[in-house]
Amino acid sequence: MEELLLNKSGGKIILLGNEAIVRGALESGVQFVSTYPGTPSSEIGNTFFRIAPKAGVYFEFSTNEKVALEAAIGASFCGLRTLMAMKNFGTNVALDALLPFVYTGTRGPTVIISADDPSCHSSAQSEENTRGISYLAHIPTLEPADPQECKDFVKLAFQISERFKIPVMIRTTTRVAHQRGIVALNNPKILKSRIQKGRFVKDYKKFVTLPPRVMEMKTELLEKLEQIGDFAEKSHINKQSSRKSNYGIITSGISYLYVMEALKQLNLDLSVLKLGSFYPLPEKKIKKFINPPASKLKKILVVEELEPFLEKEIKILAKEVNCKLEVIGKELIPEVNELNPAIVTSAIAKFVNKKYKIRPTRLKLQPPKRFPQLCPGCPYWLVISALKKAVDTKNVIFGGEIGCYMLFGNPPVNLQDYLSCMGSSVGIAHGIKKSTGQKLIAFVGDSSFFHSGIPPLINTVFNKSNPLIIILNNETTAMTGHQPHPGAPATPNGINIENIVRGCGVKYVKTLDPVKQTEFIQTIKEFLEKPEVSVIISKRPCIQIKK
Amino acid sequence: MHPDKKIDQFNMVIVGTGGQGLITLLQIIAEAVLFEKLDIKTSELHGLSQRGGSVEVHIKFGRKVYSPLIPQGRADLVLGLEMQETLRAVNFANQKTRLLVNKHIIPIPLVKNLTEKEVLASLKKVSKNIALVPASEICKEKLGTDVVSGIYLISLAVFKGLIPIKPSSIEKAIKKIIPVKYLELNLKTFNLAKS
Repeated sequence: MEELLLNKSGGKIILLGNEAIVRGALESGVQFVSTYPGTPSSEIGNTFFRIAPKAGVYFEFSTNEKVALEAAIGASFCGLRTLMAMKNFGTNVALDALLPFVYTGTRGPTVIISADDPSCHSSAQSEENTRGISYLAHIPTLEPADPQECKDFVKLAFQISERFKIPVMIRTTTRVAHQRGIVALNNPKILKSRIQKGRFVKDYKKFVTLPPRVMEMKTELLEKLEQIGDFAEKSHINKQSSRKSNYGIITSGISYLYVMEALKQLNLDLSVLKLGSFYPLPEKKIKKFINPPASKLKKILVVEELEPFLEKEIKILAKEVNCKLEVIGKELIPEVNELNPAIVTSAIAKFVNKKYKIRPTRLKLQPPKRFPQLCPGCPYWLVISALKKAVDTKNVIFGGEIGCYMLFGNPPVNLQDYLSCMGSSVGIAHGIKKSTGQKLIAFVGDSSFFHSGIPPLINTVFNKSNPLIIILNNETTAMTGHQPHPGAPATPNGINIENIVRGCGVKYVKTLDPVKQTEFIQTIKEFLEKPEVSVIISKRPCIQIKK
Repeated sequence: MHPDKKIDQFNMVIVGTGGQGLITLLQIIAEAVLFEKLDIKTSELHGLSQRGGSVEVHIKFGRKVYSPLIPQGRADLVLGLEMQETLRAVNFANQKTRLLVNKHIIPIPLVKNLTEKEVLASLKKVSKNIALVPASEICKEKLGTDVVSGIYLISLAVFKGLIPIKPSSIEKAIKKIIPVKYLELNLKTFNLAKS
């Protein structure tokens, strides 16, 4: 695969959506790439991790998404062609850096990938629709539907960024990022060393977001967006098929593929407008679509996953140009869960009053649910065993976190009483301990600790609460595919977690191998009685990397 | 050329559990389809969904393929690497769907599992085209390991004409996808399915 990613051109190969994004970046001459891993975006980082030295690209797994974006911003400020990738929730973490970056704009073109996970196949916490962030941050956003578009849209995003000096976001979803398909290759832009020394040229007016300049920047940003809107009007990524029907469909991303399949299955020829650019929207193109000359168009169905962002925009546009037009969306298309061909086919059938019945095969006999499990030999089993022996689990609150130990929530373990976002087990633990005298044990993984576990740990010291925190150090970012992190041995001179914990002012700290059960159990019992925060670092490598 | 080659679209679901190598099987079939110059789309899941839980991947190929997901009741072939997981995938099957099933149960911990007999009786209510093959057992006996039982089943499927791809394309794809270290074992498996 690496060979194909680096060398071949002119051919057609099968790529995963995420690999196609990598290829698109290489064909755009990317020089600097940063990421924090998270499904469904992880293969972008994994692939660059393997090929970056050969491709002459600088690549890093940063400590979290905000830091990764800030690194990318720095590279862009020095004129490098930059890509940054993360999963949906990572965009929330990076948000603080994202908004001002859109204001300052880029020097080197910068593309940001954000991967949503409708149906939460690999995501806890929420069914996020990152398109909402496009509005908030005013960041131009493209939505590819398949691997070929992943590659093409990344290239277009680099072009838009270069031309308008603004970062551009590509929003994928699981079924795009983890879709394989045939991709036609072009030449990678530069094959020799891409890591050039950039140069930071001082420009106070461009890089410093201080009032009153920041308000001018906002005005300039809105002007840029108008120009990008004009660009989107002419772009082939917003495309329309057939104009004959009384019925029209507007759709984007993966939903477009379901629409096309549904039309084929129902043997219908409806007008379809596929929107490749979500923000800014090609409003004139949409107006023309919903109000064509001598139009017989009566009804529009908006087919989009999750929240009805497009639908709301289109309803407003319809009011302006074709107030008799009926715009239908979430009446027929569910707002919760991802879409699939069956849902879209039956929605379109209802939309055009055509009979369509799916007779799903249902059997009385159902196999029991097969929950994901910690691997056999996972060192966390030893921690679980020690916990069950050390405390009456009914009388202790267990704080969960994002990582393999999310599975503590499943039977038979059942050691998870709350679960939110990365780093939150400790932050919430503090609030609980300030509010009640109940005992509490919070888990946090090694990669999560570096990601966002340190500030809340400091808060327990500073504002004085006494949870017991167990840092589950398995020396890798296991859940997302074993990426390295600052404390892992793969990183030269990995940073020692115990030193950090002590540096934060925690007095009761022990690093223990959970194989030594007696000592582990004893320490849990002892630390739970401490008047201040205490930390056990459970150190034993993930069974998968040990192999 | 296979007689089914003229089909407009072929839909195939593979089900099993995390760790059974479903994504490798998907990659092999996808490469084989590319050799035959057909269009293809596939879908898979990574991350949490892989930790020993149920896994389901979709493969669609033909003249022109739009979406990577197979609608309910529209699979041409359901390949089950585990019997209980096969039962979970019957919503993709119709009466004509062929079910190629590994005679193998991977127990779900701490609950009452279904027996082979129960699963088979239920599957028969869905389709009459069921082939129950003790692939894990055969691979263990002849090759000393059942990690290749999936390779055995897709190879068997192409030799029996259950997947409209030439066996030589699958062989070529195995050579392309499988790392050199494991290639000999996988080619042995392919040839075992031939005999």
